[in-house]
Amino acid sequence: MKLFGHRLTASAAFGAVVVSLFMAISLFTPWLAPYAESASVGGTWDEPSVKMIFGADQIGRDMLTRMMYGSRMTIGVALAITALSFLIGILTGLVSAVVGGWVDIFFTRLVDVMLSIPSLIFALIILGVFGSSIPVLILTIAVLDSTRVFRLSRALGMNLTVMEYVEAARLRGEGLWWVITREILPNARAPLVSEFGLRFCFNFLFIAGLSFLGLGIQPPYADLGGMVRENAAAINFGMMAPIYPATAIALLTVSVNLVVDWMLSIDARPSGAQAEL
Amino acid sequence: MAKLIVNRLFLGLLTLFAVSVLIFVCTQILPGDVASAVLGQGATPEALVIFRRELGLDLPPQTRYWNWLSGALQGDLGVALTNKRVIMDDLLPRLRNTLFLAGYAALVAIPLSVGLGVLAAINEGKLTDRLSNVLTLIAISLPEFFVAYLLIIFFAVNFQWFPPLAMVSKGMTFGERIFQTTLPAITLTLLVAAHMLRMTRSSVLSVMSTPYIEMAFLKGARRKRVIVRHALPNAAAPIITVVALNMAYLVVGVVVIESVFVYPGLGQYMVDAVAKRDVPVIQACGLTFATVFVALNTLADILVILVNPRLRQQD
Repeated sequence: MKLFGHRLTASAAFGAVVVSLFMAISLFTPWLAPYAESASVGGTWDEPSVKMIFGADQIGRDMLTRMMYGSRMTIGVALAITALSFLIGILTGLVSAVVGGWVDIFFTRLVDVMLSIPSLIFALIILGVFGSSIPVLILTIAVLDSTRVFRLSRALGMNLTVMEYVEAARLRGEGLWWVITREILPNARAPLVSEFGLRFCFNFLFIAGLSFLGLGIQPPYADLGGMVRENAAAINFGMMAPIYPATAIALLTVSVNLVVDWMLSIDARPSGAQAEL
Repeated sequence: MAKLIVNRLFLGLLTLFAVSVLIFVCTQILPGDVASAVLGQGATPEALVIFRRELGLDLPPQTRYWNWLSGALQGDLGVALTNKRVIMDDLLPRLRNTLFLAGYAALVAIPLSVGLGVLAAINEGKLTDRLSNVLTLIAISLPEFFVAYLLIIFFAVNFQWFPPLAMVSKGMTFGERIFQTTLPAITLTLLVAAHMLRMTRSSVLSVMSTPYIEMAFLKGARRKRVIVRHALPNAAAPIITVVALNMAYLVVGVVVIESVFVYPGLGQYMVDAVAKRDVPVIQACGLTFATVFVALNTLADILVILVNPRLRQQD
C-alpha cells in the first residue's frame, strides 16, 4: 500500500489506523459517548458488562465514556502544547540562525541553561509557584519544549541560510519575515514534521504523567493520566480499572511513534557494511 | 588534556550557578507578588504579612538570592514552610534513597542494554534484530506508570513474589532493601534499557561503514570479531554520552516511579511540596536535582574526552 508515494510497512499501517481512530473519537466524543461526562451509572469499580464495556470507575461513572472524554482532553492539551512550542521554537530558532550576532548568542545560552534542568523538575517548580490551571500548564510545558524545537530549527536554519537562493532573496531586499517564511521554512519542512510527531508523543506522556502525579489537569475534567491516579487503588484488589486508561495512553504513543519511525526511515540510508557493497 | 578536563569542570560549575539563578528567578521573581501567587484564595491580609515575613520578601532580590545561595553552599537549605522542619534533615536521607534506587536500576540496565545492543548490531537485518527493534520502540513509548502497574499486577498481586509498595526504613539490612526496591528498579531498568539498546545498536552500525571496518572484513575476520574488537571501541563515545544522559533521566523518571510505589525518595518529597506550594522545599529539591543532572552531564563530557584520543588535543 502506498501513502504519500512511499511503501507503508505493517507496523506503520497499524500505527496510522490507531492514530486516526483516536483522533476521530476525540473529535466526535460528545456524539459518540454512551453517557454524559460525569454521569454516575453504576457502583464503584463494577465489572465490565453489556451496559458498561470497560466497567465503572471509582465513583461509578462509565469507564468508556470517561476514557473518550479523557483522551479528548489530553490529546487536545498535548496538541495545543506542541503547536505553541513549535511556534515559539521555530520563530526563535530561525531568527537566531538568520540574524546571528548577539541575538543568536543570547538565545543559545538561555536554551543551554534551560536544558540543564530536567523538564519535569522545571515544570514542577513552575507549577508549584503558579498552580495547575490549564493555561499555566500549556504555557509552561510549551516554553520548556520549545528549547528542543529551537535547537533543531536553528541547526536547520544555519544550513539553509548559506544557500544561494537565500542570499539572492536578501540581495533583492527582502525583509527578515519573508526570508524566514518563504525561503527557509518550506525547505525545512520534512524534519520538522517528524519532530512534531515525536514532540507530540513526549508532551502527551508528559501531561499524562503530571496529571498522574496530581499536578496536571485537575478534576472534574476527565484526563487519562488523572484517571489512572483516581483508579489506582483498584490494583490492590486485583481489579483492572487503572489499566484501561493507561493502555489507551500507551496505545496512542506507540502508534504515533510507529508512524514517525516509518517517516524517518524513508530518508534513512542503509546502515552497516551492506551500504558499501 | 588535563586543561580540557578542568575547562569542562569549570563550565559545569558555571552552568550550576546559572541554573540556581534561574530557579530563584522562577520561584521568587517571576510571580511578581510571590505571597498572593502562592496563597491564592487563602490570601487574607494577615496571611500575606506572615508569608512575606517567613520568606523574607521585604529584602531586595539580590540579598535574598545571596542569602539562599550562601546558605545552600554551607548545607543550610532553610526551613520548610508547611511543617517548619529543617529541609536538610528531610532531604538528605531521601536523596540517599533515590540514589540507591537509581544506582540499582543503572547497575542492571547498563550491562544489559549495551550487551543486547551489540548483539542486535551483530545480527543486523535478521528476525531477532527486527523483533528487538519493534519491542524497544514499544518500550520507549510506554508511560512509566503503565509499566509499573503492569509489573505490580503480575508480580505483586498475582504471583506475590514482591511487595506492591516499596517500604524502606533506616534500620533495614542491605538484603531487605534490595528485596523491597526490586520492582521499582525493574520498572526503571525497562524504561532506560530500551533507549540505550537502540542507541548502542545504531552507534555501532554507523561505525560499520568506515574503511578500517571494511579492511577487517576483507582480512577475513568474522562479523562478531570485527564488531567487538574494531567497531565497539570507536563507537564508545556516543554510547557513553547516551548512558550518562539516561542516568540523568533515571534520576528524573524516579519521580513518577516513587509515586506509584510510595517509595520515600526525593521525587515524592518534591511532588508533595509542589502540591502544598511549599516554596523553600521546591527550591531546595529543584537545586538538588539540577546539581545531580549537571554533574552527570559534565561526567559524560569528561568521559568522552578520555575515551576518544582525537578529542584530547585542543584546536
